[in-house]
Amino acid sequence: MLYNEPSPLEVRVLTRRFGLPNSASIDTYLATEGYAAFRKALAMTPEQIIEEVKISNLRGRGGAGFPTGLKWSFVPRQSPKPKYIVVNADEGEPGTCKDRVLMENDPHQLLEGMLIAGLAVDAHTGYIYIRGEYRYLIEIMDRAIAEAYERGYLGRNILGSGFDFDVYTHTGAGSYECGEESALLESLEGKRGIPRIRPPFPAVVGAFQCPTVLNNVETFCAIPAIIRDGGAAFAALGTPKNGGTRLFAISGHVNRPGVYELPMGFNLLRMINEVAGGVRNGKKLKAVIPGGSSCPVLKAEECDIAMDFDSLARAKSMLGSGGVIVMDEDTCMVKVAMRIMKFYAHESCGWCVPCREGTLWLKKLLTRFHEGQGRRDEIALIGELARNMLGRTFCPLGDAAAMPTLSLVEKFYDEFEAHLEGRPCPFEARTAVLV
Amino acid sequence: MTFSPQLEARFEKLVRSYPPGRQRAALIPMLLYAQDEVGAVTPQVVEEISRRLGVSVLEIEEVVSYYSMLRRKPAGKHHIQICTNISCLLLGAEQLWEHACRRLGIGNRQVTPDGQFSLEEVECIGACSWAPALMVNYDYHHHMTPEKLDRLIESLRKTQ
Amino acid sequence: MADRVKVVIDGRTVEAPAGALLINVARQAGIDIPAFCYYDGLALQAACRMCLVEVEKAPKLLAACTLPVTDGMVVRTETPQVKEARKAMLEFLLTNHPLDCPVCDKGGECELQDAVFRYGAGESRFTEEKLHVPEVQWSPVVYYDAPRCILCYRCVRICDEGLGVRALGVVNRGATSEIAPNRGDRLECDECGMCIDICPVGALTSGIYRYKTRPWEMKHVGTICAHCGDGCKTTLGVYSGRIMRGNNRDRSGINDEFLCVKGRYAFDFTDHAERLRTPLVRVGGRLEETSWARALEIVARRFAEVKSRGGKFGIVGSNRTTNEENYFLQKFARQGLGTNHLDHHRTGDVVSLVDALAGRQNALATTADLYWRKAVLVVAADLAQQHPLLAFQLRANWRHHQAHVYVVSPGPVREDSYAVRSLRVPPGEELAGVESLREALRAEPELVILFGDAVKGENVRRLVAFGDSLGIPVQYVCLVDYANSRGAADMGLLPDLLPGYRPVTAAGGSPGLALPEILAAPDLEVLWVVGANPLARHSLASEQAFVVVQDLFLTETAARADVVLPAACAYEKTGTVTNTCGEVQGLRRALETPGTKTDLEIFGLLAQRMGLDLGPWRVESVWEEIQANVPGYNVPSAVLAAGGAAPTYPVNGRIGVNPRPELIRSAGDTLFTSGTLGRYSRILNSVPEAPGALYRS
Repeated sequence: MLYNEPSPLEVRVLTRRFGLPNSASIDTYLATEGYAAFRKALAMTPEQIIEEVKISNLRGRGGAGFPTGLKWSFVPRQSPKPKYIVVNADEGEPGTCKDRVLMENDPHQLLEGMLIAGLAVDAHTGYIYIRGEYRYLIEIMDRAIAEAYERGYLGRNILGSGFDFDVYTHTGAGSYECGEESALLESLEGKRGIPRIRPPFPAVVGAFQCPTVLNNVETFCAIPAIIRDGGAAFAALGTPKNGGTRLFAISGHVNRPGVYELPMGFNLLRMINEVAGGVRNGKKLKAVIPGGSSCPVLKAEECDIAMDFDSLARAKSMLGSGGVIVMDEDTCMVKVAMRIMKFYAHESCGWCVPCREGTLWLKKLLTRFHEGQGRRDEIALIGELARNMLGRTFCPLGDAAAMPTLSLVEKFYDEFEAHLEGRPCPFEARTAVLV
Repeated sequence: MTFSPQLEARFEKLVRSYPPGRQRAALIPMLLYAQDEVGAVTPQVVEEISRRLGVSVLEIEEVVSYYSMLRRKPAGKHHIQICTNISCLLLGAEQLWEHACRRLGIGNRQVTPDGQFSLEEVECIGACSWAPALMVNYDYHHHMTPEKLDRLIESLRKTQ
Repeated sequence: MADRVKVVIDGRTVEAPAGALLINVARQAGIDIPAFCYYDGLALQAACRMCLVEVEKAPKLLAACTLPVTDGMVVRTETPQVKEARKAMLEFLLTNHPLDCPVCDKGGECELQDAVFRYGAGESRFTEEKLHVPEVQWSPVVYYDAPRCILCYRCVRICDEGLGVRALGVVNRGATSEIAPNRGDRLECDECGMCIDICPVGALTSGIYRYKTRPWEMKHVGTICAHCGDGCKTTLGVYSGRIMRGNNRDRSGINDEFLCVKGRYAFDFTDHAERLRTPLVRVGGRLEETSWARALEIVARRFAEVKSRGGKFGIVGSNRTTNEENYFLQKFARQGLGTNHLDHHRTGDVVSLVDALAGRQNALATTADLYWRKAVLVVAADLAQQHPLLAFQLRANWRHHQAHVYVVSPGPVREDSYAVRSLRVPPGEELAGVESLREALRAEPELVILFGDAVKGENVRRLVAFGDSLGIPVQYVCLVDYANSRGAADMGLLPDLLPGYRPVTAAGGSPGLALPEILAAPDLEVLWVVGANPLARHSLASEQAFVVVQDLFLTETAARADVVLPAACAYEKTGTVTNTCGEVQGLRRALETPGTKTDLEIFGLLAQRMGLDLGPWRVESVWEEIQANVPGYNVPSAVLAAGGAAPTYPVNGRIGVNPRPELIRSAGDTLFTSGTLGRYSRILNSVPEAPGALYRS
């Protein structure tokens, strides 16, 4: 089902079946060009498939934005080992809820993307690693998988092509870190979600020590359209080097929060004002976290920006997972910093020193700060501790904790000052409003 | 220990889902599904899964203590998990949380004396655009308010 | 890729094998890159982030512990950015680390303390509350203090990778992560204490040593473990005349850093309450304390008297006394008392092996060979229980070099878990088992065969013939039980062999009685037992025999003695011992127990009182005599003086005596037993795993 009304500004490629009756069923899927891309791919060489994905300028939708075609090309074709397709459905980045709707409303699109990836790298087994909380999606995916087997889109000798492919769902059990690809693979193998030393990268040594294509749900979901309509058509929807559309999950202080599919490069202010109905209650925009809680915050005046990987990188932030968190003028940025750090301290796997100790220290420091117990010199300390984590941790979680923190202290220094000397949070009275 | 036929069937399917010699991969799903049935990852569950997968108890303890959804003690029949992460926070999750605590008379990770409800403050559950959100067991509830929570609790009470 | 590459580290060009890890390349060039989690020989972790360095063209600092060097790589390890990062890591580590260094066992030898001194900030900016959880005891010898733990995972790895025990794991996550034992709140393991030794901080501490003294207050004496035949170096920490601990942190011996529960803890027999500290003499049926002068006088007079009338002596030597003592004892027996009725408890058939190897060079494997040779066959031994160092070496060989390990044993052993083939054979059918491995072994480029006491006599010859038939280089180890079992045989504590396995007949003598025959001789007049306890298992037939016992304790044998002479133990003397692989090593005196004398001194004093001219009985003089007279022992003294091990090679042609296989019997000690001596170690008996059992892996 859909949890929010669509917007007329949307360009619906991955979400084109959303809202159709029984959109998750294979009949609906087949009636709407479902598995056509896979049939087409069966007639293509692996090189042609990968080339098409490269042309599409599809970049990883999990957060890092790595070019998908390039990632697939790293899989050693000549390896005698079996190869695996793994879907990262461990959606956990605060502010992000797009993979959920993709799986809920169009599970076959994901399966088709996996099948095409299987053809591209000669893999015959796929795993969908779904976060434990998304139990109902495991049920939806399992139903879709059963349908696909029934209709011959999975299993042995698919459509008489000689191509075999099996798909299994796999539940997580509560760990943000398992969204990091190598930690996900550890978790898939039944271990603690501790990232692996890289290189080697999963393309070479991945699931069960075998070459693995590991992508986000949305990334796989873009594949059928790319193969069906051509990589160039997909690329043309976006901006240079940022092909296609993307699902943006808009949350926070807007009138119409929701998940919307928009072209890459869509202007952030327009997104807030025209797609999401503007800041609610007539308040002024204060700041936006543009791509999930790991991304540096943008001040209101920085929000007239194209939402693609490169534009946000130029603004020293990130497109991340597409989770757009909108904050109005009454938002306490110290509290935001505190809450974000509380999350990372909770989710740090504890493997490496700077992340394990740094997130906890910052959480305690920011909590104390928000309570008005901070000292002036400690404002600088917050930034220094974040910088001491930045780029030095074992995996990107440390960076994810440090980057928003650094941006919040730098851009909202005055709010940190306003919390000094035992003063109560100046926003506390104003934020206690429910919808 | 024995599990229900449904769970046994699920386990059987699980251990066949992974490459030969990689049956340990079934560990985390087995723990979570066993918890769903038994109520918690009890020492008996650990022993049993250790035996079935040939994974040592210590290795299972390492895993159980890592994943936040796995628990040693049973939760309430209705396990209410309220997200207080950033998107929900912006829309009143704190007030929702405090209201739930008051209403149920319990705190984080506590169970009501009648075993009906338990409460847990959780991190992002992937409902940011429909915040504030909570889960009851595996069911999502979006756009929550204290009033809606009251009604939810009442209706859950009636399901016993 | 070129085999060797050039990298520039801090302006110095260093050559290294391609793919070598930067941290090692730098360290070998004398450039120290600090690290806690990196540990040579164990799996890489990249967790402590102390080894971050600047690498040209890299956008951020890189961990040197996981970075393979490539040609032309330019590295800087002392830039402001690197120093800043180290300081930051230490600041992070100290946030939840209790600053109880003044009372911490590790104070003074703590890697964290040293790193903070060298690289850390002078002041702390952390003002939050520290996490605290109470210290826990996991076994009689292992305590864990989680707040001190810096989560370097060395303990987990040494236990899993090094020992194959995997008794330690990591539980929880984030800042509450901690190390956990395998039995919930306690350990069930080898109790080797490797986890304690390898801990860079005071998180894991020893139940024996904790809060007893400070590292700098102790005298540190590197000597050889008194227990099994593997010959591990153990560095004893001695304070105020007592041994406080044993470890091998300087990784100086053949055992590198390895020690088992015995080498690390079982020194406590030295100050056991029942330790004999004064000579005893039998008066009216009871043993009474007496002076050394009187005791020696009684023994010397009796020996002289029995000798003068040609009475029968029987002498039982020790598996634990030094080569010098053993050599001097056989000389005393043969030259001083004119008898070959001399033997010791034979725990492995060394005689048959050196006989069967006649004419071969390099056919005896050293401890190091077990780490380097490409294939190893273990026959009839539970190595992890009986020869923990050899088991450790073998496992390391498999881990680091993928050595092929083959096992032929009567029951499960730890090596099964990684052996390419493991065969279960009933006792007596070992060779049939070995034979069935022929094809696999023939395909190996080289082989070491270790065999236990079940392979003896003619079977040793057959085993060597089998090795010959493989057409590959084969080396052998005859497994023997105790610290100087090998030396006892080498030094001729045998009725038919002189030192160096020369038959007594070749020197015009006739073979004497073997151990059971001595005990069974009804006309035995003197039984002289040195550091052995034969009457624990056998009875003494001769009722009139005058029994003299030199020992540490009032053993079953000593209890039957007429005179008991309190002996010094291995930790109280100098001299040499030879391990099961034939490597000779020097003992260092760590302490003195007043009232005791070394066995060598006792021999010397007795000889003196009897007016025998057996030459000087200084350790050095006897050693020189051994070097000169015992074939295979002409090893460089400098090696021993420097604390090293010198392989001996006493293979000197066919021996031609009956090796008496029926007399060969290992005591079957486990990790937690050590013959009679082990009974007097409180710690060995206090661990819950004791006494353990063989072939129960």
